[in-house]
Amino acid sequence: MKALPSGPVRPGGTRAVARNTVLYLIVLVVGLFVVVPIGYGVLGGFKNNGQLSNNPFGLPDPWIFSNYTDILGSVTFWRPLWNSTVIALATTLLCVGVAAMAGFIFARFAFRGRELLFMLFTVGLMFPFAVAILPLFVLLREFGLLNNPLGVVLPQAAFGLPVTIIILRSFFRAIPSEIEEAATMDGCTPFGFFWRILLPMARPALATVSVLAIVTSWNNFMLPLVVFNDPTQWTIPVAVSQFNSQYSQDTAKVLAYVVLAMVPALALYAVAERQLVGGLASGATKG
Amino acid sequence: MTRSAVDEAKPARAREVPEPPADSTGRRRFRTDLVTIVLFLLPALVLFGLLVLAPILLASYTSLFKWNGLGGPPEDFIGLDNFTRLFSDKVFLGDLQHAAILIALTVVFQLPFALAIALLLCQRIRGRMAFRLLFFAPYVLSEVIAGVLFAMVFSPNRGLANHLFGLVGLEDLATNWLADPAVVLYSLFFVITWKYFGFHMILYVAARQAIPDEIIEAATIDGASPWETFRYVTLPLLGPTIRISIFLAVIGTIQLFDLVWVLTRGGPIHASETMAVTMFDFGFVRSQVGYGSAISVVMFMISFVFALFYQRFVMRRDIEGAVTGMRDRR
Repeated sequence: MKALPSGPVRPGGTRAVARNTVLYLIVLVVGLFVVVPIGYGVLGGFKNNGQLSNNPFGLPDPWIFSNYTDILGSVTFWRPLWNSTVIALATTLLCVGVAAMAGFIFARFAFRGRELLFMLFTVGLMFPFAVAILPLFVLLREFGLLNNPLGVVLPQAAFGLPVTIIILRSFFRAIPSEIEEAATMDGCTPFGFFWRILLPMARPALATVSVLAIVTSWNNFMLPLVVFNDPTQWTIPVAVSQFNSQYSQDTAKVLAYVVLAMVPALALYAVAERQLVGGLASGATKG
Repeated sequence: MTRSAVDEAKPARAREVPEPPADSTGRRRFRTDLVTIVLFLLPALVLFGLLVLAPILLASYTSLFKWNGLGGPPEDFIGLDNFTRLFSDKVFLGDLQHAAILIALTVVFQLPFALAIALLLCQRIRGRMAFRLLFFAPYVLSEVIAGVLFAMVFSPNRGLANHLFGLVGLEDLATNWLADPAVVLYSLFFVITWKYFGFHMILYVAARQAIPDEIIEAATIDGASPWETFRYVTLPLLGPTIRISIFLAVIGTIQLFDLVWVLTRGGPIHASETMAVTMFDFGFVRSQVGYGSAISVVMFMISFVFALFYQRFVMRRDIEGAVTGMRDRR
């Protein structure tokens, strides 16, 4: 996002100052609305349950580190983190690779039925896991993919295709055809053009769709919930949900776990904020 | 997207001087193109067909059976019985009602709220970039994390919500936010707003920034009050984005699952249950896969029909506009 100046600026004066103060107050209140639950979680993790009842707003007294250190020293946190990472990366690689190939065809070849095929993929946008999960589960069981990371990776990649193809196609289209002509004249095959010229040129778009695919996979709950029976295979959302059921009486501990589980997603947001915001907004509106 | 004459005329490998399409080279070109098209599209088609399209068809098929999902293919064909049962099932009718309430609350409160904040953060306010980033942050977290966090916030004794009411002297309003059937849906809506208003806000900010300042200035110079400028200039120009964001909110509400599952499992006594939760319950907990599939099919039909009508009647002008807009930008 760029900081574009916007809105006409009225001449200063007390009225403008008063107006700005009011606007600022509103924004601050909304900021509290967003931050307070998270802050409650962060601080709550440093309290024990007695403090949570008696001292809900103050700083922890004394600070209790065991909630966080226990979790950080335990495999119940690191293993789902690792599982989520592997699954997210595999999903992204597969989804973006396959979608880039299809997007290339949809963008730069003319053939009968192209728009119909493309429309088939865009219909998939309105067809999320919640609707498909039951038959998907039956199919995965037939394929023997239950309790197998592929049982999560393959469907996630498949469901990510529509958005990825739509974004990549519009980017591929914007690359001037003169470049393709020049490459073909120099003896480049379609694959050579795709691999050596189109993909390197499309790096920003590839980054956007990759970050999008990582976050979608990272946050997916339903599919890993039904595919994995074995706790050693759980991903972060499943582990958080199970931890919550298991320790539902130990509020402080659950808060510490939730806060730690937030960190990777927020870190990715901090690093890839531009791709994330741009990708989510354009992915949503281009459908 | 037609390929240029130079392209058409060239056989894939040979380096020749470009010439108008000749029959033989044209055909060879066509053949290499066809091979490329098939090879490049095949992985996407297989993946999509097998794991996205096949499940829709499979669900429509199994929804016609009484089937526990185990022991071979379904055999007990019962026609449309699952569907008739569905539409006399109080829980499912409740699901529909909850979806309607959540959609109404979203359109009446959450989206106007997001719009107001978006316009506010397009003013010259110190730190507006930081605020935009902050407000979008909850959207990045998974629904499960948001759900568990708020399960704690709403917990009756240690939770933040009741302590806050106590702080401002409204102890009487403190309640069991997730266990009171009359309140739970509004608690759920509160969490939805916390998680999603930033997303809608970002959409509106992007749309507002696409409006040239000259237009707003012209309205101001012509003597329009700030409210008139908003009502007759800004709002109509934001129309396409608002309509898309309503669309996304409706589709998202129809499929709502993770948040509800973590917060309440649909309880108490089904008061916060959604279609997806009912489907999950029958499909995975009670082993009534045929009936669960029927719910999947109905969810799909509702989304699909809604999308069709909405795009046909509400967003039609926008889509045309979007296409021409894209052409202009290039």
